[in-house]
Amino acid sequence: MIKYLPQLIGFLFIAGLMVPLLYPILKAKLGLFLSLIPLTILIVLFSALAGLTPESLYLLPSSWGLLPEMNFGFRIDGLSLVFGLLISGIGFFIVLYAAWYMSKYERQGHFFTYLMLFMASMIGLVFSDNLLVLFIFWELTSVTSFLLIGFDHHLAKSRQAALQSLLITGLGGLCLLFAVVMIGQVAGTYEISVLIERGIHLGDHPKYRLIFVLLLLAVLTKSAQFPFHFWLPGAMQAPTPVSAYLHSATMVNAGVFLLMRIHPVVGGTMEWKYMLMLTGIITMFLGAFFSMGQRDLKRILAFTTISALGTMVLLIGIDTPQSMKAALVFFIVHGLYKGGLFMVAGIVDKSTGTRDIYLLSKLFKPLPFTSIAAVLALISMAGLPPMLGFIGKELVYDAQIQLPGMSWLLLPLGIGANIMMVAISITIFTEVFNPFGKRDPIKVKYREKDFPWYFLGGPIVLALAGLMLGLMPGMLDTLIANALYAAKNQLLNVNLSLWHGFNDVLLLSLFTVVSGIVVFIFRRSLNVHIGRLIDWFDKYHLPTLFAKGIKIYVDRAYKRTQIIQHGYHRFYLLTFFIVTGLLIVAQVNWDFLSVMPDGGYTPLRINLVLLLVVASLAVIFAVFSRSRLSAILAMGVVGYAVAILYLMYGAIDLAITQFLAETVIMVLFVMVILYLPKFAVLSTRNSRIRDWIISLSIGALVTFVVLHARFINLYEPISVYFIKNSLTMAHGRNIVNVILVDFRALDTLGEITVLTLAAMGVYSLFRFKVKKTKSKKEL
Amino acid sequence: MELIFAIFIGLLYACGVFLLLRRSIVKVILGVFVLGNATNLIIFLAGGIKRSGAAFIPEGAETIDPAVISDPLPQALILTAIVIGLGIAAYILALKYRYFEETGTHDLDQLSKTDRK
Repeated sequence: MIKYLPQLIGFLFIAGLMVPLLYPILKAKLGLFLSLIPLTILIVLFSALAGLTPESLYLLPSSWGLLPEMNFGFRIDGLSLVFGLLISGIGFFIVLYAAWYMSKYERQGHFFTYLMLFMASMIGLVFSDNLLVLFIFWELTSVTSFLLIGFDHHLAKSRQAALQSLLITGLGGLCLLFAVVMIGQVAGTYEISVLIERGIHLGDHPKYRLIFVLLLLAVLTKSAQFPFHFWLPGAMQAPTPVSAYLHSATMVNAGVFLLMRIHPVVGGTMEWKYMLMLTGIITMFLGAFFSMGQRDLKRILAFTTISALGTMVLLIGIDTPQSMKAALVFFIVHGLYKGGLFMVAGIVDKSTGTRDIYLLSKLFKPLPFTSIAAVLALISMAGLPPMLGFIGKELVYDAQIQLPGMSWLLLPLGIGANIMMVAISITIFTEVFNPFGKRDPIKVKYREKDFPWYFLGGPIVLALAGLMLGLMPGMLDTLIANALYAAKNQLLNVNLSLWHGFNDVLLLSLFTVVSGIVVFIFRRSLNVHIGRLIDWFDKYHLPTLFAKGIKIYVDRAYKRTQIIQHGYHRFYLLTFFIVTGLLIVAQVNWDFLSVMPDGGYTPLRINLVLLLVVASLAVIFAVFSRSRLSAILAMGVVGYAVAILYLMYGAIDLAITQFLAETVIMVLFVMVILYLPKFAVLSTRNSRIRDWIISLSIGALVTFVVLHARFINLYEPISVYFIKNSLTMAHGRNIVNVILVDFRALDTLGEITVLTLAAMGVYSLFRFKVKKTKSKKEL
Repeated sequence: MELIFAIFIGLLYACGVFLLLRRSIVKVILGVFVLGNATNLIIFLAGGIKRSGAAFIPEGAETIDPAVISDPLPQALILTAIVIGLGIAAYILALKYRYFEETGTHDLDQLSKTDRK
């Protein structure tokens, strides 16, 4: 079954694009219908688990690609399965959840389109076997998450948050592209399977540092690591289903996935270890610390996500088998509880209308099942038995202890972060759900029975999954072992269990829990200090700096643009004429003698010279005339003079057309001019002089170019062909007419089209006016 | 004769460019017309003015010697240009009329922003 995975991903894309067609048919059932696709993918992925051994790898090669080096091959191993299962599994519940959550939104269809595309990109990302394809999916997740975060685009806050996340993850995406291309250039292939098979490791390559820094930037931006962490709390402007999905299994976890995926090729060096450990531990601690001071349930959860991602990056940085194992288990743990908790936050929000934990209270009674799910998830978050979170945390401690040399730094910060996690979990429970709390119960708009099953199902199932895996962690052994094999290229025996006997790790856990409770008890006074710190931070903090930076950039860009696009018509033209003039000056051969033709000029015809003199006087008069009417009439004189010129040189058709056209234009002009104001001297003397200098030089240049061009005859004129065949082939004696309606008939068709368009334009210009005056009358 | 022609075209160009650089929209439009005529003349001159017979094939003849008639191809091009010029003139005048009605000004400098005041 697994071999249909690429088709299923494609189907997910198509389903997303088909939403506009499906929505009118399915209406509110749309979400339920669409949830079938992630469910199918989930089942297919489960089917792949059956044949999984610690070493197995299933490749789905594809001969098709956008570029020769860019095949859409897929790779199914433990690593992609761990991520794929969570993405499709949580995705299934998110879609169900959104089906009701979004039902009040007008643009429901848009939402599901974005969500489906996002899900498809995410699944494609974890399964692709080609680094370039992986990059494309990576960018698609950035773009689709931008659309999802900014879904409420009528709110400035949403737009800002979406733009911020796009700019930051987009920067990371560019870095990833550079890194991928460099890896491909150095290693000679973009196929991950080939890279691993050949055992290519770039650690000793001279370009390694550059590649690593670029990859690091990609990961840090995507996974919201310090100092790029600030886009994630902003991103909670998104509708809750999106937050739940982005935080738990997708988007931010893509960075963690990339680290594991690319580890066999670039991992394990000193740079890798120190950089990742450093950012990981800072992020882990800061995230937990900031979550303490928040009131908004979603915001609290957003900061704990940052902390959890820091933990994963730290563990990958430690880069021992134990730490990798811990990172993988922790990813599953985090996905399960965070997805559940975010959905709970959404349920609470819908039910009470607020997410402020100090306003909420005693929700156990109206929301019993949700509360149970929340409590189980909170236990997992705090790292207490019997949830999977306990195993995850034990593994994290284990990995931190076993690191010689660095554990003196990592362990205290790690334990500190966990103590705060415990305190936050207890805080959320006592403030929001505790049925024995001191405060009065909050008024609820909806009780649990008012919600459909599919809205409540997600958190409960995810919490139960966490519980089940906590009690029977052996189910994960093979999968984790295989994932480790993919990430570390090393076969390890994985044996997860809830009880490890009394040891240092258990003692640390006990210490964490006790300290967590102590912190919880003193949280009021602590929060005051944290709140102050956060206020101070916000003043100089990165989101503000980032926003300022963007603002300065935009302002500068605006000012620069203003210089070029100032909006003054005549200066645009001035620029154009000066540039064109200079180009002509640079190009023309300034040999005045070459202007003389071989056979000399044709002799002067006095009548024509007189005509041209009259026309010249007329045009000069038109330019200087203060009266509009006389200017137009003078212009007519010029037009007629040109027509007579045509006539004198045998161009009869031209002369007729010119006479008619000139007459019509003059009539039109006179008609319109009645409604227009009189000429006024608008320009200053200096600007007139400047304009005269420019226009006279242009005129002189044109004269020169015309004389030049007149005597360049590079090819035999094609009109000889027309003259010869006018009668024999086209049966017409008037050659000009034959050219227009026969030889070059398509050009004439184009000409007619232009005329039609102009007529339509004129018509609509006037019709528009009629409407407006009507509405004025009505007013 | 070519020299006189070229100077005339240059003069038309100079006047046209000067008119285009004015702030008053009426003058700008006049400039467009002048430039249109001048450009047509350039094309006409390119066909040569040595021969000046009308481009007809006389009755009874199969064809005619290209050396006696003026070049028909530039004529066909210019004819198209004149007709299109007429269309543009009609459109531009209608646009100007509406523009003045809408903004109440004929000063292009007042139009440096696209936002309505």
